[in-house]
Amino acid sequence: MTPDFRRIARPLGIGAVALLVEYLLLGTQQFANAMTLGAIYALIALGYTMVYGIVELINFAHGDVFMVGSFLAMWIMTTVFGLVGPVTNLLNLVGLLAIVMFATMLGMGLIGMFIERVAYRPLRHAPRLAPLITAIGVSFILQNIIAVAFGPSPVNFPQIVPADKFDLLGGKIAYLNLFIVILAVVLMIALQLFVGRTRLGRAMRSTAQDREAAELMGVDINQTIAITFFIAAALAGAGGMVQGLYAGSIKFDLGFYVGLKAFTAAVLGGIGNTTGAAIGGFIIAFVEVYATVLGYTQWSEVAVFTVLILVLVFRPSGLLGQQLGERT
Amino acid sequence: MTAAPTIPNAEEAVHSRPAAAPGSHDVLLQLDNVHTYYGQIHALQGISLEVRRGEIVTLIGANGAGKTTTLKTISGLLHPRQGKVRFEGRDISRTPAHELVRAGIGHSPEGRRIFSRLTILENLKMGAFTRPQNDIQGDLDHVFELFPRLKERIGQRGGSLSGGEQQMLAIGRALMARPRVLLLDEPSLGLSPILVQQIFVIIQEINSAGTTILLVEQNALQALIVANRGYVLQTGQVALSGASADLRENEMVRKAYLGE
Repeated sequence: MTPDFRRIARPLGIGAVALLVEYLLLGTQQFANAMTLGAIYALIALGYTMVYGIVELINFAHGDVFMVGSFLAMWIMTTVFGLVGPVTNLLNLVGLLAIVMFATMLGMGLIGMFIERVAYRPLRHAPRLAPLITAIGVSFILQNIIAVAFGPSPVNFPQIVPADKFDLLGGKIAYLNLFIVILAVVLMIALQLFVGRTRLGRAMRSTAQDREAAELMGVDINQTIAITFFIAAALAGAGGMVQGLYAGSIKFDLGFYVGLKAFTAAVLGGIGNTTGAAIGGFIIAFVEVYATVLGYTQWSEVAVFTVLILVLVFRPSGLLGQQLGERT
Repeated sequence: MTAAPTIPNAEEAVHSRPAAAPGSHDVLLQLDNVHTYYGQIHALQGISLEVRRGEIVTLIGANGAGKTTTLKTISGLLHPRQGKVRFEGRDISRTPAHELVRAGIGHSPEGRRIFSRLTILENLKMGAFTRPQNDIQGDLDHVFELFPRLKERIGQRGGSLSGGEQQMLAIGRALMARPRVLLLDEPSLGLSPILVQQIFVIIQEINSAGTTILLVEQNALQALIVANRGYVLQTGQVALSGASADLRENEMVRKAYLGE
């Protein structure tokens, strides 16, 4: 029990100290922004890292899956529930958020499985480059479907969460920011428990390590990979919904930049490692917010992708990545 | 590496066996003129063999003779282009590997292939993947009885084990599925002589507990000591087969595989 405790307590302690320092440096408002942004990046980065872990594919369509998720959530809110403005009744609000999120995650999960089935599974034994190219193809297809269906200009996302704020240590934080961060943390903990403690989670980790050996244990590889794509896309769907709530409007090419940043987060954390992806998401968000705070808003993306280059040059396995050559 | 305390005298415990398993002749596993390809390479060129319930059967032969390919064709990792594999009378030539685990075929692959980032316990639970998870405590106890070292390291990652311990884990993991036939691919590879002895003793224990075994071995002499029958493979074909005792006396086998 004690080594287990130490294994969890130490990183938590380091994380808490790091957050406290950031908080003191940035102040309440910017800290809340960075945390919210980080939560969204983390939700998307998890999908990149899980898919890479199990099929060694950089799913370049994943950012667009996130974008489709935000449109699906918007469509459910406006068309199914007829929502436009804030919902003031707390109980209604919570219920609506839960239903919309559940439906978005389910819908996106199924879309993710479908994409895997038609675009990646037929190419599983093809050279690496082939599924990478279909991934880019899927990315264009998703963008164009949304552009045709909802138009190429930004679309309003119903702001159903009232813009109320609460005081924290002299600063003000919107309830929405708190909701997004808590939601992301809950989803990440649920994911860790699923992957770490359940039979299917073990099957996923085994398949990621040695597909043939997993097959010899009786694991249905196709099913396990399909479940991985489902989870990755469902998390991106949740990310898409909160992105819409946070930004207020969404656009068909939204997935490109956000996806690239989340991909950077996954590489920074160590691709294939879920904890790393989550940490990477928050680090990338802080880098971006620092650039803004220091007055270099236009340079924030340069800063983020500089991080990507530095990681690839100096620590290609990422912060928590597996060292190479472990397989055997 | 020292001997595990449960096996007092490994060398004495390994003993010759009679030519056939006592009282049973029904065929559990049968290969009928099997041809398997790796892409363009014609790896198995018409292998026919059978394994009867309760037996230990060994496949011996040089590198590249097709021993591993034969096991992979049985467990469904590869499918024959021609010919049939039958298990308990059923044609399993096209059945995917993961379904065959449920059917009762256990395969401990070449190179151990344990999950190095999973713990010992998780590796064993993976072995029991096809079984109800609340029903495996007895099997865990059984594996720990065979391999007490694994119990001491239950929470450690598979990758931290020594070669011999990894082999024990690989065999234990395959047993967790309660296979009716266990395919063992080079279980003694890379182990110290004393560990090789232990592994062979344990193979016999597993067999006496009721599991049929198909054993692929570089160590032909040891394999022919524990097995009832053997097949000698050469370039994807069965060159010779018979009772182990007869194969041990065979001139060609002695020259080519027993180093005499």
